Amino acid sequence: MSSDRPKDVPSGEITDPTVYASRRTLIKAGVLAASLLATGGVYRLLNPVRHRKPAIFTASTQPTTQGVIDSMGSAFNVNEPKTTFEDITNYNNFYEFSTDKTGVADAAAGFVSRPWSVTIGGLCSKPATLDLDDILKTAPIEQRVYRMRCVEAWSMVIPWDGFPLSKLLERVQPLSSAKYVTFTTLFDPTRMPNQRRRVLDWPYVEGLRMDEAMHPLTLLASGIYGQPMPPQDGAPLRLVVPWKYGFKGIKSIVKIELTDKQPPTTWNLAGPGEYGFYANVNPNVDHPRWSQATERRIGGDGNRRTLMFNGYADQVGHLYAGMDLAANY
Amino acid sequence: MKDPEFAKRVVFLNSLVPLAILIWDKSHDQLGANPNEALLHKTGNLAIIFLLLSLAVTPLRKLTGKNWYSLFRKMLGLFAFFYMCLHLLIYLSFYSEFDLRKFAAAMVSNKFIILGLAAFLMLVPLAITSTNGMIKRLGAAKWKRLHQLVYVAAIAAVTHFWMSQKRDISKPALAAAVLFVLLAYRLVPKRKPVPVAAKI
Repeated sequence: MSSDRPKDVPSGEITDPTVYASRRTLIKAGVLAASLLATGGVYRLLNPVRHRKPAIFTASTQPTTQGVIDSMGSAFNVNEPKTTFEDITNYNNFYEFSTDKTGVADAAAGFVSRPWSVTIGGLCSKPATLDLDDILKTAPIEQRVYRMRCVEAWSMVIPWDGFPLSKLLERVQPLSSAKYVTFTTLFDPTRMPNQRRRVLDWPYVEGLRMDEAMHPLTLLASGIYGQPMPPQDGAPLRLVVPWKYGFKGIKSIVKIELTDKQPPTTWNLAGPGEYGFYANVNPNVDHPRWSQATERRIGGDGNRRTLMFNGYADQVGHLYAGMDLAANY
Repeated sequence: MKDPEFAKRVVFLNSLVPLAILIWDKSHDQLGANPNEALLHKTGNLAIIFLLLSLAVTPLRKLTGKNWYSLFRKMLGLFAFFYMCLHLLIYLSFYSEFDLRKFAAAMVSNKFIILGLAAFLMLVPLAITSTNGMIKRLGAAKWKRLHQLVYVAAIAAVTHFWMSQKRDISKPALAAAVLFVLLAYRLVPKRKPVPVAAKI
């Protein structure tokens, strides 16, 4: 190689071609490496790591079940593998914090849910604003293992801790004119930051017919797996209606009102043709944009058939006798 | 330092970075509670990103006057097709379980799947005819006309993305805005080419 050098330039002043070439190669390698790191960095920024640690708590080590009433048979305690605590707490639909299901846990971390009170009013003889500790003394806390079917066609099996909503409603003595119950989530954009974006018409409102609200399966839940309700799952108090799609299970409740008219509900207002007031799990009535016939069990493998009323048809079917469920979706 | 061959290699390897991380995340259980859904959504996002990138090449080339940028157009387009293939394959395996009846049933109840499939089917002939040999065989004019299908495919893909969202349409809206700009650029009446000397 050195023989190629022009003779009229002192050989010492010329960069050795091999050095030159290797420097070029080095620069190229540097540029390539930097670009790969930058691309990887941008990708990682847009797609954060979502860990899925093994379950920390199990029902057997944290017994909370007290005096489970067996009137509903196995419906109170579904005999199916429970979804892990980690999956239940890292895959959430809670738009007040984030519209990314895997991002809610981080966004909700540090949410303060004490002190907390719930105002119960409307058509009842004893309206009251009750402190959370008072509410939790309404009835013994029971563990209920329920299927949870999201309208997005995924499902979980969740061991809730709570007590029947009917017990709380009985405390305020509903009038006979009360036909519906309306629930409202906290509205406080400083604590629920995604409420600054009008993804939905805040605050979140849900409702039940009186007979649905008084049904023994309808639960006010204050915990999961014996742990206080995590913020991402609706701390400190949320509704669980296992035969309805998950969005009926309103979270972080601050207000309960008894009314004589069907209340306007958040998802129903957002998409009247897509999300009905009843929102009963029904494999025969598809969402306009996707099928409801099957569901994906989180942590499980493959798809499974969705059951009528999410498998609670024996317990709740009579509530809807004679109703056109395709019209009243 | 103009080095098209090196630049091509850089773009090629960078285009594989998302795939590498996706495989890493999948094998290390870092995709969250619903990894199949994450794979489906992420490959779908990548297909749209690469489709938009490939459509950005021509405007960028014209605005900068760097004609050698057109080297990237084919590659980025093929990567869009590649990620779209993965997206479809993941859907077929996890969601339809390779049962074509299930896939057909899903299309009936999920209208946006038809649009996604349409986008894919439109990209198939474009991928097949992406070689220089095919440009010669078809003739440049015919080839160009055929490859204008990518505009329709991109609109179908972004609409598919939009319709697949439950409520938060911020991501598809961003994709639609970018696509709008890229397509609008092509509709702007062409000015007379500036003489090379005048550009300096």
